[in-house]
Amino acid sequence: MARGFFRDIVWQRLRRNRMAMAGAGLVLLMCLLATAAPLFGVDPGAIDISARLQPPGPGHLLGTDDLGRDVLVRLCYGARISLLVGFVAVGIATAIGIIFGALAGYYGGAWDAVIMRFVDIMLCFPSFFLILAVIAFLEPSIWNIMIIIGLTGWMGVARLVRAEFLSLREREFVLAARVLGASDLRVILRHILPNAMSPVLVHATLGVAGAILTESALSFLGIGVQPPTPSWGNMLIAGKQTLGTAWWLSVFPGLAILLTVLGYNLLGEGIRDALDPRLKD
Amino acid sequence: MNQPLLQVRDLYKTFAVKGRTMGAPTRRLQAVSGVSFDLEPGETLGLVGESGCGKSTTGRLIARLLEPDSGQVLFRGDDLTRLSQRQLRPLRRHLQMIFQDPFSSLNPRMRVFDILAEPLLLHGLVGRRELAAEVRELARRVGLGPEHLDRYPHEFSGGQRQRIGIARAIAVHPELVIADEPVSALDLSIQAQVINLLRDIQQDFGLSYLFIAHDLAVVEHISDRVAVMYLGRIVEIGPALELYRDPLHPYTEALLNAVPVPDPNPNRSRPLLTGEVPSPIDPPPGCPFHPRCPYAKEICRVELPALEERRKGHSSACHFADEVGRLRHRAG
Repeated sequence: MARGFFRDIVWQRLRRNRMAMAGAGLVLLMCLLATAAPLFGVDPGAIDISARLQPPGPGHLLGTDDLGRDVLVRLCYGARISLLVGFVAVGIATAIGIIFGALAGYYGGAWDAVIMRFVDIMLCFPSFFLILAVIAFLEPSIWNIMIIIGLTGWMGVARLVRAEFLSLREREFVLAARVLGASDLRVILRHILPNAMSPVLVHATLGVAGAILTESALSFLGIGVQPPTPSWGNMLIAGKQTLGTAWWLSVFPGLAILLTVLGYNLLGEGIRDALDPRLKD
Repeated sequence: MNQPLLQVRDLYKTFAVKGRTMGAPTRRLQAVSGVSFDLEPGETLGLVGESGCGKSTTGRLIARLLEPDSGQVLFRGDDLTRLSQRQLRPLRRHLQMIFQDPFSSLNPRMRVFDILAEPLLLHGLVGRRELAAEVRELARRVGLGPEHLDRYPHEFSGGQRQRIGIARAIAVHPELVIADEPVSALDLSIQAQVINLLRDIQQDFGLSYLFIAHDLAVVEHISDRVAVMYLGRIVEIGPALELYRDPLHPYTEALLNAVPVPDPNPNRSRPLLTGEVPSPIDPPPGCPFHPRCPYAKEICRVELPALEERRKGHSSACHFADEVGRLRHRAG
C-alpha cells in the first residue's frame, strides 16, 4: 500500500526508458564481474611463462598477457578497483558537497558567502592537474586516489544542494516543521534533504563515471593503481607495447572502461529524465 | 484569565530589496509598520487585506518564522520576540500554523502517519504505545480514515491535504492557531467544509484563531473581530458584525463593495477601488490610502491618521471616519 513518489512515477518512467535500462544493465554486469572475480579460482597475478601472449580462445577467453596472466580474470579484478574508486570517491565528494551545500543554503548569510566563495576558489583549479600535483607528493595508492578524487569533486554537489535548500527552506512544509518546534538538524535531515536528493542522485551517478575515468587516466599515466594490482588503466598501458601483435591486451580493458562509463552516463541521464517534473506521461 | 492570549505591540518589519545593478542602493520594503492588536482566548480575529499588504508577514512574525525589526509579541505573558529559537521550542506547542498551499504544506516524502506523528513525538505528548491510536484519532477528527494514513500526500486532493495540515496543527492541542489563508487555494464548495471543520475544532478545543484571508466574505463566517490591513498597517479593527454593517474606513468600505452580491439591478453604481496598491518600497506620504480614496482631502496627503477608537472596540485610521458610509451602496 505504501507507495512513494519514487516507486510510483520515477521507477515506472525509468523502466520504460530503454537507454537507461541498457545503462543499468551494463552497470549491473560490471558489478557482477567484480563480485564474481574469485569464482574463476585463478590468481590474477599467477604468472605462466609457457602460456604468454595467447590470443583469445577456449583456454583463456580473452587471451593472456606478456606474463601469461589471464586477461579476463585480471579484468574482473580490475573492475573491483574501478568500481571501488568510483563509489568511494563519489561518496566522499557527495558527503562533503551535501554538508557544505546544506549549511550554505539553510543558514544563508555569512555561511553562504564564505562557503560559496571557497567553492569558487576550488573550481578555479583544473582538477586533473591538481590531482596530478597532489599525487606527486603522496604515495600513489588507491586509497589516496579515492580521497583526492573525492576532495576535488564536491563543488558541483555543494552548488546543487545549496540551490535546492534555498528554494525548499521557504516551502510551507518546512515552515510547518519549524513552527512545530523541530530543531534545525531535524528540519535539514528529515524535511529538506530527502526532497533535495534527486539532483544529487543524478549528479552522483554521472560522477561515478567521471571518477572511473579519472582513475583509469591516472593509472594509465603510471601514478594511479600500481602493478601488479590490476586496474583497467594500468592494463591498458601495459598492452601498449604489444598493441600491434597482441591487440587483446589493450582492447578489452579499453572496452571495459568505455562500457562502464557509458552505462553510468545512460543510467544517470535516465534518472534525470525520470525525475524531471516537467515531463508528463 | 483577564489577560489577552496574544498581545501584538508595534510590530515592524522591513525587507531589504537589492538594486538590479551592482552598486545600486539597497532599498527597504516596509512590510509591516506598527501593527498592534489583542486576541482573547477562544476568539477568532480575521486579518484581511489585499496581496502584499503584510498580513502573512504579520502571521509569520508572530510565529517567529521571521524576526521582527522591533515590537513585542506577548503570548501567554511571554514576549516571544525576546526568546531564542531554542527557548521558543517548548512554547511552540501552544502556537501553531495552518498554511495556504495544501500542495506545498506537506512533506512529499513522508506518509500521512509520520506527518501527524511528528508533532506528538517532538513534544513527547504520547508514548510509542499510544502513538498509533492517537494518530488515528487525529485523522478521524478531521474526517480522514485509518486507510489514509499509509499514503503519501500526492495521493490526496487539495481539501484532504488541507485537513491533514489542520490535523498536524491541532495534534499538540495549541491555544492559538495562525491560519494563513487556509482556504484561498480551495474550491468554493470545499472552502465551506474546511471552514466548518475549523469552527468545530475551535468549539471542541477552545482555541483562538488568527485567521488571515484576502477575502472579506470568507472571514465573515468565522471571525468575532476583523482587522483590515493596508500597506503594512491596520486601518480598521472592530467587531465583525459592526465592521461589515458599518465600516469606519474607506478602504474597508471599498473591499465590502467589491464582494460580489446577488444584485437584481446591475446598473446600480458601486464605487469600486481604482488604481493599484502603491509600492511598499516607496509608500505615499500622509495616509497611505489617499491616492485611491474617494474621501481624500488635503490633510490626507500630509498627515498619517492614527488608529483611534471611534466606537467601543472599533477603531479606524482615517481623518474622515465619520463620513465613511456616504458612498456605500451595499444593501444593509
